[in-house]
Amino acid sequence: MQQPATLRLPALLAAAWAIFIKDLRSELRTRYAINALVLFAASAAVAVSLGVGFIGVRRSEEYLLIQSTLLWIALLFAALNGLSRGFVYEEETRTIAALRLAAPAIAVYLGKFLFNLALLVLLDTVTCLLFIIMVRVEVGSPLAFILVLSAGGLCLATATTILAAIIARASFKSALFAVLAFPLLVPPLIIAIQSTALALGNNALGVALPGVGTLLSYAVATFVASLMLFRFVWEA
Amino acid sequence: MEISLQVTDLAASYGPRTVFAQVSLRVERGEVLVVSGANGSGKSTFLRLLAGLQSPTAGSAHYHYAGEAWEPRSASHLIGWVAPDLALYRELSARENLRFFAKVRRVAIDDAAIDALLDEIGLGGRGDDRLAAYSSGMAHRLRYAYALLHRPPVLLLDEPTVTLDTRGAEVVDQVIARQRQHGIVVVATNDPRELRYADLLLQFGQP
Repeated sequence: MQQPATLRLPALLAAAWAIFIKDLRSELRTRYAINALVLFAASAAVAVSLGVGFIGVRRSEEYLLIQSTLLWIALLFAALNGLSRGFVYEEETRTIAALRLAAPAIAVYLGKFLFNLALLVLLDTVTCLLFIIMVRVEVGSPLAFILVLSAGGLCLATATTILAAIIARASFKSALFAVLAFPLLVPPLIIAIQSTALALGNNALGVALPGVGTLLSYAVATFVASLMLFRFVWEA
Repeated sequence: MEISLQVTDLAASYGPRTVFAQVSLRVERGEVLVVSGANGSGKSTFLRLLAGLQSPTAGSAHYHYAGEAWEPRSASHLIGWVAPDLALYRELSARENLRFFAKVRRVAIDDAAIDALLDEIGLGGRGDDRLAAYSSGMAHRLRYAYALLHRPPVLLLDEPTVTLDTRGAEVVDQVIARQRQHGIVVVATNDPRELRYADLLLQFGQP
């Protein structure tokens, strides 16, 4: 017989990994989130490229900030479109009860977080490549750029995972989404936009480090708060 | 190991509508409780409360197992739940579903044991088919495999034979007979033929 749901770390991590692999396998067979993410990222890059262009524009501070803002808006909306689906899909296909009965709540959160993180790495890569090619984004310090993107992506993954869980369990999904997403996502986005602009315009790695530190702190705080809150959301 | 279910003054409401109230009973190992009543009388809600998938409006339910009392919410390791609204992953095969749930339940089970379980519920040879290709009766049989995977001492069966053919209904008979030997069964049904399982009968009124 199964053992009671204790909080032994190796068992929790093994269950979380099983959930991640299950979500990955399901995703590769259904393309439920990947299509939405990639199509949104490609549409945003094409629209920005054709609509704004930036051909011949001088590389001023404002220009870098606008490029950075457009990049993060594309990342944000693609992430919101795709990342919430992990939980919403379980709710829509009514598999949530089977998962609730079988898996410890923390393992579910960790598994879904890992899956969102994997999707976000894909999203970051596709969107940035498209922007670099189509919007002619020139990166001053590639290492700083990658660090800011990774830290900002981590913030997006932590915030959208707990948001998606709350939304999937709520009756008024769209209204709740707007109310919750605004305070959770706007502060890290502002920092990510400013740090990305610095990374685009400077060769030195150091200019983006304060922003990266703040973003990582924010991601850790959101992650810990989510771990503490998730059980109440999941069992509501 | 000894197992019993104690329900005390249990009540459930949806908004202002009380579904049932002041339900008290005790089920001991080897007994089958059948919950009967019309559609909407609260049978499924009662089972969801016992599975810990919903919270009661008042009262309590406890499982007593191995000298400890367990609330349904913390007793998922003791419970196997079968219901028409229990869905498994359609994009995965039956074997992949069972392997996944075994991992998250921390149950050690190999492919031979999964095959034996699939044979037991009449899905032998169909383990590698994706659920999307299953009929409703086959999907219902697989719910039994999901529920029996960890050999729980408590089996909660909501409409146990719905969508099943004659052979499927025989499988349910065997599952209930086996479960009597080491645990308890709670059946929710509005099929008069299934009253024959009952050692105890809980009759809910009109909705």
